[in-house]
Amino acid sequence: MSHPSPAPPRTTRRRSASVDLAIAAACVGALLLAIVVTAWLLDESSLRSHAGARLMPPGPDHLFGTDWLGRDLFTRTIMGLRLSLTVGVVTALLSVAVATVLGIAAALLGGWVDAVISWLIDLSIGIPHLVFMVLVAFSVGGGIKGIVIGISLTHWMSLARLIRADVLHLRHSDFVLASRGFGRSEWFIARRHLFGQVLPQALVGFVLMFPHVVLHEAALTFLGFGFSPQTPAIGILLHEGMPHISSGMWWMALFPGLCLLLVVLAFARLGDRLRVLTSSPGQGG
Amino acid sequence: MSGALDSRSVTEAPGRVPAAVPTRGPRRGRGLARVICVRVARLVGLLFGVSLLAFTLVYHSPVDPIAAYIGAEASPTDEQLAQLREYWGLDRSFAEQYLAWLGAVLGGDLGVSRLYQAPVLDVIADRFMMSLALMGVARLVSGVLGYALGVIAAMNRHRLLDRLICWYSYTLASTPTFWLAILLLTLFAVVLGWFPVGLAGPVGVPGSEVTMAERFHHFVLPAATLSALGVATIAMHTRERMLDVLDSDYVAFARARGEHGRRLFRNHGLRNSIVPALALQFAYFSELFGGSILAEQVFSYPGLGSTLVDAGLGGDVPMLLGIVLLSSTFVFVGNLIADILTVLIDPRTRDSL
Repeated sequence: MSHPSPAPPRTTRRRSASVDLAIAAACVGALLLAIVVTAWLLDESSLRSHAGARLMPPGPDHLFGTDWLGRDLFTRTIMGLRLSLTVGVVTALLSVAVATVLGIAAALLGGWVDAVISWLIDLSIGIPHLVFMVLVAFSVGGGIKGIVIGISLTHWMSLARLIRADVLHLRHSDFVLASRGFGRSEWFIARRHLFGQVLPQALVGFVLMFPHVVLHEAALTFLGFGFSPQTPAIGILLHEGMPHISSGMWWMALFPGLCLLLVVLAFARLGDRLRVLTSSPGQGG
Repeated sequence: MSGALDSRSVTEAPGRVPAAVPTRGPRRGRGLARVICVRVARLVGLLFGVSLLAFTLVYHSPVDPIAAYIGAEASPTDEQLAQLREYWGLDRSFAEQYLAWLGAVLGGDLGVSRLYQAPVLDVIADRFMMSLALMGVARLVSGVLGYALGVIAAMNRHRLLDRLICWYSYTLASTPTFWLAILLLTLFAVVLGWFPVGLAGPVGVPGSEVTMAERFHHFVLPAATLSALGVATIAMHTRERMLDVLDSDYVAFARARGEHGRRLFRNHGLRNSIVPALALQFAYFSELFGGSILAEQVFSYPGLGSTLVDAGLGGDVPMLLGIVLLSSTFVFVGNLIADILTVLIDPRTRDSL
């Protein structure tokens, strides 16, 4: 009979959480650097079409092959990743800003403000993200404005809830009571005392949000609500590749999607490591 | 929630009393009924909010509904345009238009789709059944597989099997849904030729004559895409939940008595993790719906998702509003079921709802 060995506590790991975090951060950093440097080195002329190099399978000249206009897919993929990352940073920052402001306001002001904000959170969670984004894109007439507004308005809810819960604890702490005793306004307390306290939470929220934001941008663009067809965005590349798949041009969709997956995966790992490190032991795996 | 559950379980651990069984007696029924009433009332309020939000967004769209309706070929006179505006009530104020639309919706009239030339309700009902079949099967498969994988991962913590399952889940959680769909399409439909490239039935055959086998044939790949993605989420959540259970004092005590492996899982793990896993199934309706939109688009599956894309791109306002309302109801009802399940397993959460 095998002896019933007690399970090791979950904190016992082969590597410490901070080492894991450093590795994940290094991966993300290396990927970012690779994308930026490659995009900088790449020749803009390969974005144009070359009639002689249409539908070439991957090879030494064209790492990811070419599309039906003879455009180099490697160049277009790198450009697309750069665009995805830029849009991702902007929209995730906007989402974090919305979440921070509403989260602090709800907890600090309480009463009907809290009720309205909590109701708005429930409301926004109830509409499926993609449906909401399509609606917003329709409302502003598509384009990059639709992407930025649509994505910013669909990713703030869970972070706002976390920040609200944090501030609900903080608002009875001594430094807030003392500040209020000195006659400071709620706005001053929020700006001077609470903002710094919730900043780490907001930063972790940013990293956790980032993969979702990037995936949603690609999805929205793929469906045809985002960038114009000339833009080299990953969603556009995959959309363009679709009709050619049934004729055996497998590389048109494989590589752009795979690169997006790698970038998203790196960020998701980083976010997960951050979450493990910042949450108290026992939470998370 | 989990922490509180565990501390309660400690006191009951020596016997085989499962931790998460609700207290019996008259209070249980009353409390549950109260929770359901409160939640349904909130659901109705939220749906009004959704309708107002959606109508406001659509109202401010730069897309001219009349231009979208008549298309580029026709060149109507100003008089005809004015008549159309009056007929659709576009010359009235925002509040009047909203109330008129809301009144019609409450009366069961969602308007007429401009793209499909049919009542929105009929089109949506038809398409929603297609989507529901897809999502239902995907949820069932991913629920069973995801739960099993999550339990296996947790029971083999930090071993090779656990790492493999974790990596599978992490990778799939970062995979663009539509890309996975394209990959499956490339591999199974184009390269291997096992499945047709798209549509819910063979081309050129009327819907009524499509056999069940053919339907199934066209159904497999989109369902597989959705299932594969769902497995990842559910496996990870189940693993976390199971690890909480395995780290608890009552499991330590059970191990001290010699329980291990399958028996440990049956006596302590199963009941403490199955209902949260079930509740999770309903709480993720929003993601499920989003995934379904993308999978339907790739496989040209005639569900609600592809209808939404058509309506959004084609400026079909009544259809767009109808889909927003229906999909939100779908998500809210899912959350409601998840809440009820949570209350059923842990009556103390009643007060927090």
